[in-house]
Amino acid sequence: MAKKPDYILFDKDTQAIVYNYQQNAIQRMLDFDHACERKTPSVACIVNPSRDGIHKAFFGTSEILIPMYRTLEEATKKHPQADVMINFASFRSSYATSMEALLNDNIRTVGIIAEGIPERRTRELAEVARQKNKWIIGPATVGGMVAGAFKIGNTAGTIDNIIDSKLYKQGSVGFVSKSGGMSNEMYNIIARNTDGLYEGHAIGGDRYPGSTLVAHLVRMNKNPDIKILVCLGEVGGEDEYQIIDAMKKGEINKPIVCWVTGTCAGMFSSGVQFGHAGARADSNRETANAKNEALKEAGAIVPESFDDFGEKIHKTWKKLGINETEVAKPKVAMDIKAAMAQGLVRKPSNFICTISDDRGEEVTYNNMPLSEIINEGFGIGGVISMLWFRKKLPDYCMRFIELILMVCADHGPAVSGAHNSIVTARAGKDLISSLVSGLLTIGPRFGGALDGAAQSFSEAMDNKLTPFEFVTSMKKKGSNIQGIGHRIKSVQNPDIRVTIIKEFAKKHFPNCDLLDYALEVEKITTSKRNNLILNVDGCIGICFVDMMRSCGAFTTDEANEYVKIGALNGLFVLARAIGFTGHYLDQKRLQQPLYRHPWDDIAFM
Amino acid sequence: MATKGIREYDAKRMLARFLPEYSSSVSYEGKVAMVDPTTDFKDLVNAHPWIENQKLVVKPDQLFGKRGKNNLLLIDASFKEAQKWIKERMNKEVTIEQTTGKTKGVLTHFLIEPMVPHKDEFYVAIRSSRTGDTIYFSMEGGVNVEENWNKVKEINIPIGKTINDIDIKGQLPSDLGTNLAPVADFVSALHRIYERLHFTYLEINPFTVVNNNIIPLDTVGKIDDTASFEARSDWGNIDFPASFGMESRPEEQVIKELDEKSGSSLKLTILNPEGRVWLMVAGGGASVIYTDTVVDLKQMKELANYGEYSGNPKTDETQVYAETILDLMTRNKHPEGKALLIGGGIANFTDVAKTFTGIINSLKKYKQKLIDNKVKIFVRRGGPNYQEGLQMMERLGDELGLPIQVFGPETHMTKIVPLAIEALGLNK
Repeated sequence: MAKKPDYILFDKDTQAIVYNYQQNAIQRMLDFDHACERKTPSVACIVNPSRDGIHKAFFGTSEILIPMYRTLEEATKKHPQADVMINFASFRSSYATSMEALLNDNIRTVGIIAEGIPERRTRELAEVARQKNKWIIGPATVGGMVAGAFKIGNTAGTIDNIIDSKLYKQGSVGFVSKSGGMSNEMYNIIARNTDGLYEGHAIGGDRYPGSTLVAHLVRMNKNPDIKILVCLGEVGGEDEYQIIDAMKKGEINKPIVCWVTGTCAGMFSSGVQFGHAGARADSNRETANAKNEALKEAGAIVPESFDDFGEKIHKTWKKLGINETEVAKPKVAMDIKAAMAQGLVRKPSNFICTISDDRGEEVTYNNMPLSEIINEGFGIGGVISMLWFRKKLPDYCMRFIELILMVCADHGPAVSGAHNSIVTARAGKDLISSLVSGLLTIGPRFGGALDGAAQSFSEAMDNKLTPFEFVTSMKKKGSNIQGIGHRIKSVQNPDIRVTIIKEFAKKHFPNCDLLDYALEVEKITTSKRNNLILNVDGCIGICFVDMMRSCGAFTTDEANEYVKIGALNGLFVLARAIGFTGHYLDQKRLQQPLYRHPWDDIAFM
Repeated sequence: MATKGIREYDAKRMLARFLPEYSSSVSYEGKVAMVDPTTDFKDLVNAHPWIENQKLVVKPDQLFGKRGKNNLLLIDASFKEAQKWIKERMNKEVTIEQTTGKTKGVLTHFLIEPMVPHKDEFYVAIRSSRTGDTIYFSMEGGVNVEENWNKVKEINIPIGKTINDIDIKGQLPSDLGTNLAPVADFVSALHRIYERLHFTYLEINPFTVVNNNIIPLDTVGKIDDTASFEARSDWGNIDFPASFGMESRPEEQVIKELDEKSGSSLKLTILNPEGRVWLMVAGGGASVIYTDTVVDLKQMKELANYGEYSGNPKTDETQVYAETILDLMTRNKHPEGKALLIGGGIANFTDVAKTFTGIINSLKKYKQKLIDNKVKIFVRRGGPNYQEGLQMMERLGDELGLPIQVFGPETHMTKIVPLAIEALGLNK
């Protein structure tokens, strides 16, 4: 490749290494590339200190893979042709990473985006760049660009702005400013008043930017394709006087249109710090008015105010009689997201959600903001009713749900689920693994009787079987009645949990048809054997059906549906997760070692 | 974030803390005490026992100089006299005269130091520039140093060099005699401290040397507050007071705190709360140009505030920012109404719709007050999602029944300034 002249910072072949994983900025660069009809993407690779791999992005309508490395050293080795490093590191780490880039032989230009790098550090960076004959754009800037060729990061904003401001094709104006925000506005003004931008840079609003206004202007003055120079200066600092010196020395001899902002500063009593760190006049010489006057005197074209800046640029350009080259506006594919936001396309969604929404200021449960749910004292029972049943149930129902959670939260270490959690915890596994190992035992034999009991009892009652007929029919099928029977508890030794549930239901529910039916069944079964009582699983399942059927919030079909799709089982799982977590924490707290089941407890045959 | 002035008290405290690290031959005792409106004089004595048994110097410590000329310097005083003097002045408004003009402000902070009789008055200052640091030294310090500027020695320390690379002793005036060695050592140490603590300006004028003790009589310091992440612990507990007479209002304080916590930039300075033109402009560069334009159109006295928000602030940040301004501008009604300019250039990456959402939320909240105050709103903005943002603003006008005029990038950025001025009838 022929060596580029020194005055060329970027052209259509320039490639950059992007430091930090800035997906939007990278995509904007690639969109710009496509609009400029670049052959190669301008992003050679990414440095991401937290992981390597690849990044998938669009280049036009097709997708490309951009390599990602952990270190700049590796990135420059693998992509020696990339001579620009765009540094998105934070203000804390930007100095070190920028210095590393400056000291790397492959890198010629460093764009520094971070704002708030200490002045002492930026001065050092600028000095190293000077000694090594390299360029820094920044810090505290959006960057710079060569129209139709290459742009740094978010420079010139979104693709529609790039097209509106004719930045996809080469113009003949060289522009430089301190302000990154204003650079985009100026590209727009330049596009409206001339054949467009050739090259533009925002050097950043710091006191000691890595490169100066004058350095860019002198460089651009050497470029035969740049016909006019435009500069937007700022109150504070002496930079504009260096421009005047360069004009006197003939280093700048092309028409230059200049405006220094901050003419208002003289009207304030001292102490107003404008948005930019450097924007503060320490002496009369540094005021905007003084600098505008001096520039005018030195032969620069200086408008009356910012308002006629565009006009002055237009007149200056017109005098040169440049013919604008027409390049057709590029077609650029739009992101689905952007197109949808503008109502241009539609697409069916893959997911539906009807219970919660986190898109607004505050998450909602069943359309009610979380704060309201908390302020109105919904409790965990209320939250469950909103998220599971999508309605606010009567207060006693919410309390009943909580009662179930309390009753089912734990049942000692010996039950299969707790046992599993304990063994897993002792095997050194984490909370989730231990919890899940316990939960996975929940099913037909352990904890699953809630569903089964609710289902079989309500079916029997709805089919108008008498309790006696129900018991007989089950016996005929040879199956146990789910929800009936307990290993230890009996009529004489009742299960206190069953008593609590029953009493609550009797006290609060408008009616307890299924419970009454079940108690009739229990009378028959306990007459056969003392421990064939309505057990806690059965009682909960049955009372929950009564609750749903009698509270007025559900139709019978809905109530049956919830039983069928496992809402009751859900209550047990949720409740017991509390206990399993407790067992896990208990084992960890006690620092229990790995459990090994003793041989003598296993019958080897 | 930029260069900020610090109190003389803090500058001297830092000097006392770090001088021993960088010099073995000279020392500074650091006898300085600070009195603010909350100070209990008994506690002060406990913390600074010397204060009761020597003659004292007392002066305000609020980032202004020429205290002697402004009759704000008490010398050769007992602690009792010092207390009386401070009590008479605490929380009082005074007008001071400086080279930049007259400033009115309230006295709140006083510095107490031992009175040191001295003969020599030396001058030392360090200033930063793009190419390095420059040390200025003169044997003829004191109030007249500027008149005798030709006697000031300049020593440059270019970037990349340290003070150890420079022959300080050889460049100081040999007339210093026996003081040459201690002064050279002090100047070297001072620069090390300057560097380490990220000073951008440090002036001790005058200082004197008594038995290898450095006595800084008057000190001015500015530090680069962006270096906070490197130097905070070295700085110790410091504040960055507003320049005298610019004591920040509570609303400005709210925005300052928001700004400090945010990754974005949010700035607010209230110029005239009775003003009728209020700015809510995005961008450090654009905000200056809007302000320029108001001044160009001779409406400086009606300009209520300077401010800017930039760097893609979050919706709730712009909302707080907007509410602060709306609250201020709707406190006192004006029969002819007021104008709010929601301006900005074409953003690079700030999401216009998102930032406008915060502003719109607060406009809705202030609906009635805005109507009562006859507020006319002018919007001009471009950038990512600007179409959506501008549409939202247009719809808001209908919804609130407020006059809102909305413009995009096709309209010159500052066009809304003359429109607003005309709408208020200020151009007549």
